[in-house]
Amino acid sequence: MAERTQKSKQASDRDATEAPVDAPVTSETGEKLKAELDDLLDEIDEVLETNAEEFVKSYVQKGGQ
Amino acid sequence: MAIPKVCGIETEYGILPRGTDPNPITASSLLINSYLAGALGRRVSDIGWDFVNEQPANDARGFFPDEVFAPEVEMHMVNAVLTNGARYYVDHAHPEISIPEVVHALDAVLWDRAAEEIVRSSMRHAQTVLPDGAELVIYKNNSDGKGNSYGCHENYLMDRATPFARIIHQITPHFVTRQIFCGAGKVGCELPGRNSDEIPFQLSQRADFFEEEVGLETTVKRPIINTRDEPHCDPEKYRRLHVIVGDANMSEVATYLKVGTTAILLAMIEDDALGGEWRLAHPVSAIRAISHDPTLRTQVKMASGVTMSALEIQWGLLERAQKYGKSHGLAVVDETVGHDVLQRWEDTLNALESDPMSLAHQVDWVAKWRLVSGLAERHDLRPGDARLKAIDLQYHDLRPERCLATRVGLERLVDPEDVTAAMTNPPKTTRAYFRGRCLEKYPDEIVAANWDSLVFDVGSEPLRRVPMMEPLRGTADHVASVIDQSATATELLDRLGR
Repeated sequence: MAERTQKSKQASDRDATEAPVDAPVTSETGEKLKAELDDLLDEIDEVLETNAEEFVKSYVQKGGQ
Repeated sequence: MAIPKVCGIETEYGILPRGTDPNPITASSLLINSYLAGALGRRVSDIGWDFVNEQPANDARGFFPDEVFAPEVEMHMVNAVLTNGARYYVDHAHPEISIPEVVHALDAVLWDRAAEEIVRSSMRHAQTVLPDGAELVIYKNNSDGKGNSYGCHENYLMDRATPFARIIHQITPHFVTRQIFCGAGKVGCELPGRNSDEIPFQLSQRADFFEEEVGLETTVKRPIINTRDEPHCDPEKYRRLHVIVGDANMSEVATYLKVGTTAILLAMIEDDALGGEWRLAHPVSAIRAISHDPTLRTQVKMASGVTMSALEIQWGLLERAQKYGKSHGLAVVDETVGHDVLQRWEDTLNALESDPMSLAHQVDWVAKWRLVSGLAERHDLRPGDARLKAIDLQYHDLRPERCLATRVGLERLVDPEDVTAAMTNPPKTTRAYFRGRCLEKYPDEIVAANWDSLVFDVGSEPLRRVPMMEPLRGTADHVASVIDQSATATELLDRLGR
């Protein structure tokens, strides 16, 4: 299992008045992820079902449990 | 005293037949039979499922509410038991795999991944019997985006002595809020009467489908707490908590946290160490409101009158669990796994609080949202665009050449070689070991199998049922040498009978 480097933070340490976080956008880790995302989106443009409309329409399931 | 949290996962997969008979039951049967014949080359399918102890209509509350749909036991469809101790069958027009009983969250991940590989292998084998251009495509998801849902259930062994009302009240806050790290993500909304695009993206596949707090149903009016009382083991000592409120996860870390955190909290409930302070005023509206807000800011009303976010509730549960780990130890969920789960749980909450996108390799909804929002930005797509919905579905597509989840760099917890071995080998630490080894070694002398017994036909005598009412008996420690020494089932039964 991967080593965790993040410093642990107890609930009690948290400042309750802390501003809520923004919708996930970018940050330092985000920079690396963004570069990776561009490559990923190139790949997705290639493998995504060619006729998305028809594919989504055809995906109908019977309800289960 | 809490009892060991023997657990398992059952997944109903989505199935899309292309260029062939569109009937999902026919397709599911073909898929499973192709695996049994093609991959195993054995007559495993000849070993029937033994329905003698199936009682899905029993209610844990000890009564039968009027007008409920008692779950049907579908006896006529393909229903196989595998040598890894799993059950592979057709349920409600879906192929389903119930993994063998395991003793901790990491093993649940291993056999859940093995189940995924069994399905992938089934798709390949089905290809060889289908006409050119036809294929069966399997999706590990829980919704078709059109209001139809199918489940990924978890099961946990619990002490019968723990009052069911305490379980209901104390685990519900977790079931409502754990989706912030184990939700699989969904494009659009499936609440009746609501426009799908009103909610462009939500945390959970399943939240839209929960309408009750407590109930016996699983296919309509789904309840957050399911009361099916069918322990598949000694009913005097145990219950099996049948959890229907989770999503099927592509991320191993998500499955690990889903099972790991739940197992710890259930042990705490048995030891009366959790408490009821996170009781929600309206669990059903809360599970939806939390799912519908990927910013995680939504506040839900507590029974006490205050409001809290899902993250705040999770911090409260974690803090209590950390104390429990110190005071009671975590042997019932495996000490090593239990403490690792606590650490990851804390790290995950920290990351959700500071930068959710940093979990794009651990949490399914984050990974999926990154793709959806990335593609929307790149091509200037609006909510409702079919390409965004296609990403949602294709994230769960089990074809390696199409699967998006395998492309996003999800962190792996289990070794691929171990996954391959788990496709055919049972866990060594539960009764699944006895079931799996016997099926592997004496397939011609077993006529039926189920969770709590094996039925042997050794020719000369009447059929012999071997009960397995204790989930932690029949392990490798107990029976490996007996099975190794017994060349035939007759020898095995003689040795067991002595």
